Amino acid sequence: MSSPLLTAQQIVKSFGGLTAVANVSVHFDQNELIGLIGPNGAGKTTLFNLLTGVTPVTSGAISLYTDQGVQSLNGKKPAEIAQAGISRTFQNIRLFKELTVLDNVRIAMTNHYREGFFTSIFRTPKFYRTEADMTTAAQKLLAIFDLTGVADQPAKNLPYGIQRRLEIVRALATKPKLLFLDEPAAGMNPEETADLTRLIRQIQHDFHITIVLIEHDMSLVMNVVERLYVLEHGALLAEGTPSEIQQNPAVIKAYLGGEA
Amino acid sequence: MKANLKYNAAWLGVMVLGFVVIDACEFLGIINSFIENMLVTIGINIILATGLNLIIGFSGQFSLGHAGFMAIGAYATGIITQTLVTPIGFYLSVVVGIVIAIIAALIVGIPTLRLRGDYLAIATMGAAEIIRILINNLKITNGAAGLFNIPPLVTWATVYVFMCVTTIVTVNFIHSRSGRAVMSVREDEIAAESMGINTTRWKLAAFVFGASTAAIGGSLHAAYIQTIAPGDFNIMASIAILIIVVLGGVGSITGTFIAAIVLGTLDTVLQNFGTLRMIIYSLALILIMIFKPSGLLGTWEFSFKRLGSRQRKEQSVHE
Amino acid sequence: MQTIGQQLINGLSLGSIYALLALGYTMVYGIIKLINFAHGDIYMLGAFWGYFVINKLHFNFLFAMLSAMLFCALVGVIIEYFAYRPLRKSPRITALITAIGVSFLLENGMTYFFTANTRNFPQAIQTVTYHIGGIRISNIQLLILGTACLLMLLLELIIKRTKMGKAMRAVSVDPEAAQLVGININHTISFTFALGSAMAGAAGVLIGLYYNSIDPLMGMTPGIKAFVAAVIGGIGSVPGASLGGFLIGLLETAVQAVGLSAYKDAVVYFVLIVILLVLPAGIFGKKTKEKV
Repeated sequence: MSSPLLTAQQIVKSFGGLTAVANVSVHFDQNELIGLIGPNGAGKTTLFNLLTGVTPVTSGAISLYTDQGVQSLNGKKPAEIAQAGISRTFQNIRLFKELTVLDNVRIAMTNHYREGFFTSIFRTPKFYRTEADMTTAAQKLLAIFDLTGVADQPAKNLPYGIQRRLEIVRALATKPKLLFLDEPAAGMNPEETADLTRLIRQIQHDFHITIVLIEHDMSLVMNVVERLYVLEHGALLAEGTPSEIQQNPAVIKAYLGGEA
Repeated sequence: MKANLKYNAAWLGVMVLGFVVIDACEFLGIINSFIENMLVTIGINIILATGLNLIIGFSGQFSLGHAGFMAIGAYATGIITQTLVTPIGFYLSVVVGIVIAIIAALIVGIPTLRLRGDYLAIATMGAAEIIRILINNLKITNGAAGLFNIPPLVTWATVYVFMCVTTIVTVNFIHSRSGRAVMSVREDEIAAESMGINTTRWKLAAFVFGASTAAIGGSLHAAYIQTIAPGDFNIMASIAILIIVVLGGVGSITGTFIAAIVLGTLDTVLQNFGTLRMIIYSLALILIMIFKPSGLLGTWEFSFKRLGSRQRKEQSVHE
Repeated sequence: MQTIGQQLINGLSLGSIYALLALGYTMVYGIIKLINFAHGDIYMLGAFWGYFVINKLHFNFLFAMLSAMLFCALVGVIIEYFAYRPLRKSPRITALITAIGVSFLLENGMTYFFTANTRNFPQAIQTVTYHIGGIRISNIQLLILGTACLLMLLLELIIKRTKMGKAMRAVSVDPEAAQLVGININHTISFTFALGSAMAGAAGVLIGLYYNSIDPLMGMTPGIKAFVAAVIGGIGSVPGASLGGFLIGLLETAVQAVGLSAYKDAVVYFVLIVILLVLPAGIFGKKTKEKV
């Protein structure tokens, strides 16, 4: 059994009278690739929002396992959770549109470089060194993902598929241990989806991180992930390997429906 | 590194040139006291509007209370230099003004920067009015009558140097790790948070930065004009600074310079028109906004660096 | 007890003026998200219109007020057509600056043509003071309160019961969807401006009668106060604007009554900030949360 990275126990989220996530317990292990599937409105994105602190949980415990021991993420702000090593992409791409590709990535590196206030406003040699270090690191990352050519373009000018890729690169620039991808293949054609499949595998392999992805594209999910959670009506319906899930009668009935 | 040195030298050259030109004109008598007054007002407006542009254009927070922080600087100088009539007294008063403005900006900003858009605007406007009303009722500030005979410790040259320094410092702030973090807040607050950017902290940083430059502008105003009253720092004063920012282009420091110069000159030229002046001014404002909705320059910024790289490109094309 | 009652009457009279003005701000903001900075000046125009028709044309009070409402409605529609309509797709801050420009234009235009002097508003109605249980209340105060309440009721009926009112609500929720179901956006926005400006016109004539003096800059401060009232009530909400107006009127009178009139405005702004910190969208405002 591999060691856990993040666990969520019995988490509940209710908006007024509506329960969006009900008693869901999940665990993501080190260097694992996990899928999160379910019909529209099943609470997948809400679960991401809860785990990244964008919306606070009503009850339940979220813990992150780090080298320094177990850390509770309850009540933490999104920025603190991001600094603890959890990063994400968004269902409706949320890039810093007016800023360049390079700046999008450098912004995600903000917390990894110290650049004092007076160092930057008076342009000391240390300022130029830190800036050069940041830029080099960002360019290196862009090169890995074939984005060097567009580094100076504003993010809004990029084609849709490239924007999705940039959002993943930006998330990686925060040096996460855990990466949440919210429908990375949405709106992509089969060719782009195949590229994305390769990309996700490569990231997990090269960066040694845990990836959780929400996806509707079954070919992508079944090809890539090691383990799956199925959500329905805010509750956990099933958990298992792709082949187990494909044979799970409850899942077939609720989700795959006629396809099985 | 070497390239950076070249661009910095180019900017230094521009600043020195500007100084020499104004100085020569003063010497030759082209600039009379009337025109000097106009130039100083433009310089102070540039300081004020650059700081406000940092808050509105770069951090995306709509503040309508800039005159409140300007008042703090002006009164710090007005009060301190009446007992300490030396340049040291003036510089001390600038520092005191900045410190008080920072404290006031923290008190105002920490609770209100959670508000969005127009709600933030109205809250900061209210805060600035509270500052003004306090000044209006305090003894040390001489109440509604204001302060007279503030020692003239500032010349056009002082204003020019301060204008250059605050602009350099603001632009350096924008083009740094801090500036990028501030802009990410403007672009998408939720995404910035999720990338580990403490959005509250960076909004506050921009707000406090802008407030302290506004205090500097206020100090210069007090020492040059020599008379200040609470009425000089009312809502209309905040709006006058806002107009410069929007007219130049929200998010363009170059635009702020141009708008301050255009409006300053327009104001001086229109002096001859007597009462028609404000009618022409307001019509000009409406027409510019209708025909240039994103301001004179939009978000365009002048840069020696871009100029340099364009020339290199053109050269390589010719070869 | 008597003084409290007296201040209550004074506060409500002042508050109803703020409420009438706040309605214009809130309706325009609700429909095109613009802080119509020139709204306070429309109120000034209303007062001047009343001044002229009573003095020169010898209108009685009722006709003066009705014609001022009509005149201001027209001015509001014209301003929207020439200054705001071209900017509907522009950044909101641009429209705000234009509104400030219009405000400057109205103030300075009036100063240019009619000088900055304060004028005495003609007393179209003889002031009669009634004494009820030790509280002094004038017929003017009753008139202001009554007219304000009547107009607000009328406005509520227009918004809730008429076809145009329905169109206004639809456009304020989603202009594009409203257009798709066949609502003429331009007409709806013009109508909103007409309605809001008419309220301001009525407020202008009423205040002239109450304070007995008018000048070209009289709209500035009440305009800002009324906007604050609209924000406190929850901008975009019609009952919110009325409530906010009365709240500010009462608050100002109360602060004055305890002898802190120098800090009157500071208290108003302080209350504004506190209310916004507790209720970021005002009392009746809807809290909107961005979907992630």
